[in-house]
Amino acid sequence: MRRVTAICNGTAIDHIPSGHALQLLKMLRLDVGRSNPISLVMNVPSGKMGRKDVLKIEDRELNQEELDRLALIAPKASVAIIRNYAVAEKRRIDLGEELVNIARCSFSNCITQNPNEPLPHKLRVISADPLEIRCAYCNREQDIDEIADYIL
Amino acid sequence: MADLITMDDLTNEEIIELLDIAQRLLPVAKGDVYAPLLQGKVLGNLFFENSTRTRMSFETAMKRLGGEVLNLSSIGSSVAKGETLYDTMQMVNGYSDIAVIRHPRQGAAQYSADAVEIPILNAGDGAGNHPTQTMLDLFTIREAHGDLEGLNVMLVGDLRFGRTTHSLSHALVRFGATLTLVSPKSLQMPAEIVSDLRANGKDITETEDMSAGINSADVIYMTRIQKERFPDDDEYAKVAGIYKLTASDLGEAKGSMIVMHPLPRVNELCASVDSTKHAKYFEQAFNGVPTRMALLCRSLGIKVPKKVT
Repeated sequence: MRRVTAICNGTAIDHIPSGHALQLLKMLRLDVGRSNPISLVMNVPSGKMGRKDVLKIEDRELNQEELDRLALIAPKASVAIIRNYAVAEKRRIDLGEELVNIARCSFSNCITQNPNEPLPHKLRVISADPLEIRCAYCNREQDIDEIADYIL
Repeated sequence: MADLITMDDLTNEEIIELLDIAQRLLPVAKGDVYAPLLQGKVLGNLFFENSTRTRMSFETAMKRLGGEVLNLSSIGSSVAKGETLYDTMQMVNGYSDIAVIRHPRQGAAQYSADAVEIPILNAGDGAGNHPTQTMLDLFTIREAHGDLEGLNVMLVGDLRFGRTTHSLSHALVRFGATLTLVSPKSLQMPAEIVSDLRANGKDITETEDMSAGINSADVIYMTRIQKERFPDDDEYAKVAGIYKLTASDLGEAKGSMIVMHPLPRVNELCASVDSTKHAKYFEQAFNGVPTRMALLCRSLGIKVPKKVT
C-alpha cells in the first residue's frame, strides 16, 4: 500500500524513528510559515525498524547544516535529494563530534543563557548510540526528546 | 595553555606530580622560604561569587611566589553595568598572565577559557566543578593516609549543588575509592555524575543515613547545605540541619579516619569535633596555598626545583 506519492523535486527523508516526524519539521523550521508542500506519514510499517515515519519536502533541497540538526533525532535516517522524480543524490547524516550553533543548552543556569554572550553554542556528542549529548561549557546532559525546543 | 576547568584536565600521573610539587612548596607556603618563581607575573582573581578561602589562598599563593594580583568582583566593576563575561575576559586577558574565576553560572570557566588565550583556573562555576579544591582535598587525604589508592570515602550533605563533592568524587574513583554518598533525597548527586562515577569506579552507594558508614570510613567529607543555591527558603528549610556530626559520633571510628570540610561550616560539623584527632579541615584550608602554588606554576609553565630554597 503506497501511502505517499513520489515528488518531482525536493528532499525525501526515510527511516525516521516512529512518531518523530513532527519534531523534525519543527527542527527544520518547516512547521509554520512555509509554503513548500510537505507529505508526512507516521508509524507506518518498516522492515528495517518495525515502524517509521517518512517526510517528503517538495522544492527544497536540505543543506548539510540542516541535515546535521536532523541527526539529533533521526541519526539513522536516509536522505535523498530528488530531481525530476529520480534520486539525484543520497546524503549522509553525520552527527559529528560537536554541534555548533545548532541548538542551545537547555540548562537554566548555563552561562550561555545570556543572549548577549557572543561565543557559539556548542553541544558535544558523547556517544552516538545510545545518543548522549552534553553542553560543551556546563557539561549538562541534554534531553534528546526536548532538544527540538532549543533549536537556534 | 594549561587551563584547569575540571579534574578531567589532569591525568592521574599529573595529579600525583602536582601533589609532589605542592609538597616541595610547603615551606614557601608557610612563609619559611621565599622563592619568587612567579616574579613579574600577574594573576587576575575574578570572583563573581563570595569567597574567603579560595580567593585569599590564591592571592597568598601568588604573592608568596613573588607575583602580583589583580582582584575583580561584580561590585564596583562594569559587570554590575551588564558587561558580558566575554568582554570582561578580553580585558583580563590583556591585564594579566593567568586568571582564576569563580562565577554563579555553570560553564563560565570553560567559556572563559574559550574566550581568551591566558590560562584559566576554575574556582567554582555555579553548581559545577571546583578542581582546585579537589587538589587541596587530595593533598590533605594523601598527607593523612600516605596514599590515595582504594580509600573508603563518605561524602555527606549537599551533593546536588556541592561542586566540591562533584570534582572530588570524580578524582577519587580514578584512584579506586569506594564512595558512600549521603544526602537527603532532594540533594542527591546529579544522576549524570553518578553514572560517570559508576562507569569509572568500583563501589558507589547512595543513602540518606550518615551513621551507618562512620566506623568503616577512611574519610568523612562533610559539606554545608547551601542556602544560596535554593530557589526559595521553604525548600531550604526542609533539609537545613539534617546532618550533624559530633565528637560522640566518632567513638568507634577508625583511628586513621579524617574528617574534612571545605568550609564555611554552619551546623553540620560541630565544634566538638575540632579537638579530636580526626579533624583536618583547618589544615585542609591551609593546604589550598601550596596546592594552588603548584597549579599556578603548572599553568604558567614554570618548573619548580626539586629542592626549593
